[in-house]
Amino acid sequence: MIVQKNFLLKISKKIRIKILEISNLAKSSHIGSSLSIVEILLVLYKFFLKKKNVFILSKGHACLAYYCILNKFGYVSSKQLNSYGKNNSILMAHVSHKVPGIEFSTGSLGHGLPYAVGRALAEKIDNTNNKIYVMISDGELNEGTTWESLLFASFHKLDNLFIIIDYNKIQSLNFTKDILKIEPLKKKLDSFGCSVKNIDGHNFNQIYISLLKRKKNKPTVLIANTIKGKGVKYMENKILWHYKFPDEKQLQKAIKELK
Amino acid sequence: MRDIFIDELCKATEKNKNIILLVNDLGFGVIDKFCKKFPNNYFNAGISEQSMIGYAAGLAAVGKHVFVYSIANFSTFRCAEQIRNDIDYHNLPVTIVSVGSGVGYGNLGYSHHGLQDYALMRTFPNTVIASPGDIMELKGCMTYLVNNPQPSYLRLDKSAKFQIHKKVPNISPGKWVKIINKKNNKKTFLTTGAVIEFVKKNLLNNNYSDFSLYSVPMWGMKNKNNQYNFIKKYNKIIVVEDHFQDGGFQSWLNEALNKRNCRTKIISKSISNKVVGKVGSQDFLMKYLK
Repeated sequence: MIVQKNFLLKISKKIRIKILEISNLAKSSHIGSSLSIVEILLVLYKFFLKKKNVFILSKGHACLAYYCILNKFGYVSSKQLNSYGKNNSILMAHVSHKVPGIEFSTGSLGHGLPYAVGRALAEKIDNTNNKIYVMISDGELNEGTTWESLLFASFHKLDNLFIIIDYNKIQSLNFTKDILKIEPLKKKLDSFGCSVKNIDGHNFNQIYISLLKRKKNKPTVLIANTIKGKGVKYMENKILWHYKFPDEKQLQKAIKELK
Repeated sequence: MRDIFIDELCKATEKNKNIILLVNDLGFGVIDKFCKKFPNNYFNAGISEQSMIGYAAGLAAVGKHVFVYSIANFSTFRCAEQIRNDIDYHNLPVTIVSVGSGVGYGNLGYSHHGLQDYALMRTFPNTVIASPGDIMELKGCMTYLVNNPQPSYLRLDKSAKFQIHKKVPNISPGKWVKIINKKNNKKTFLTTGAVIEFVKKNLLNNNYSDFSLYSVPMWGMKNKNNQYNFIKKYNKIIVVEDHFQDGGFQSWLNEALNKRNCRTKIISKSISNKVVGKVGSQDFLMKYLK
């Protein structure tokens, strides 16, 4: 393999600590959703978002992870990052296109994928090799626009489109399986004409390899199996950490674990 | 008006290959000319209005001017949040076209009546409304929109073909376009949308022969404040629109006078909410415009 595993592991820990610190500072929620996508964002920004490739984070509530990654890759200054959620900050607590490096604002679910589909279609019309990466939440699989967009992307053979589902299996009020039955997910996505892969969304190598390959004429969908709250044992797989932010004591405990 | 719109769109696309027509499986017999001429510039999103607006935003983000064509409320209320967040907030060049303004789809019933669309579309800060009063105003609106791609809403009467203006008027957002100018010009009708013919036939010829007639084919939030300068010239303005009074064009004008000391009397002639659930021809339902 590849991908500088130890190096990436080290960065991912630093980013998780940053997420926790900023969340504590801003008293801001959605920490579990941010912690589940760190490895995917890291691989995307380290290896794939070069030239004119584009990334859309449709699960806009996980913006803290995104802002921390943008800080790591030089788009957002540390001063800006520390202003997260404060008066007059450009860093609102949902993804904002006012932030350097971000093209599309999200926050209401089910918007990012249709936009990404239009974006991918535009690249096809203009005959470019640019690729569009979009991350959606498993909760967004409840949205009609998700399935409408898959129909359209598949029909128009948008093989420049990579859809990553952050399948952490928890949505707002409960586990996804206890709200609407989304399984058998791969089978559903296959039947929509997508090229679908199940991966471990915390495994750098699997993320990297699966984003390298694509099938001609088909949009790629990665079902990234992740853990909500990943990296902090007391947060992992807990619905509570969709909403809660860590207090000082909890923060120190989490940092100790991550170090 | 639909056919003129497609003609104008064809002319514009001849010159600008970045124009895209996106439909939600509607436009039978109307869009064919465009589809045949520019097959690579036409896409059918299927019956999925919310996603369609998202696709339009994605296309527009890289410089396409997208015309989203639909009828009635399908391209406005059905996808209101997508217009708000994806198009208007990002200030993208998407023109949402809705055919069948007011009660144009008379006997198809309430689902197809466009009676509240101004109320929705005028609350989006970057969006300009284009509501032409005749086919010449439509041409003028298209010229403006094609030359100034931006979030916009083009509201078309379903089948009106009347021509009021002799030539294409020069149209820009917020501008009052003259149709009839009486000598002392202190009282006027003011319209937006395809009600000019209605005013001429049903109002001007009867009790209001001393009234001028002006149209405002383009307007929006950005142009509201300058309306005071037009309004203050008149003692009396009767505002006519094929829309509910609530949240409509006349409400917009009234808001323009907020905190201003203005003596002008503004009267509304708009469609009564008693029309809800009523069926009939457009002419029949226009009797509810009082």
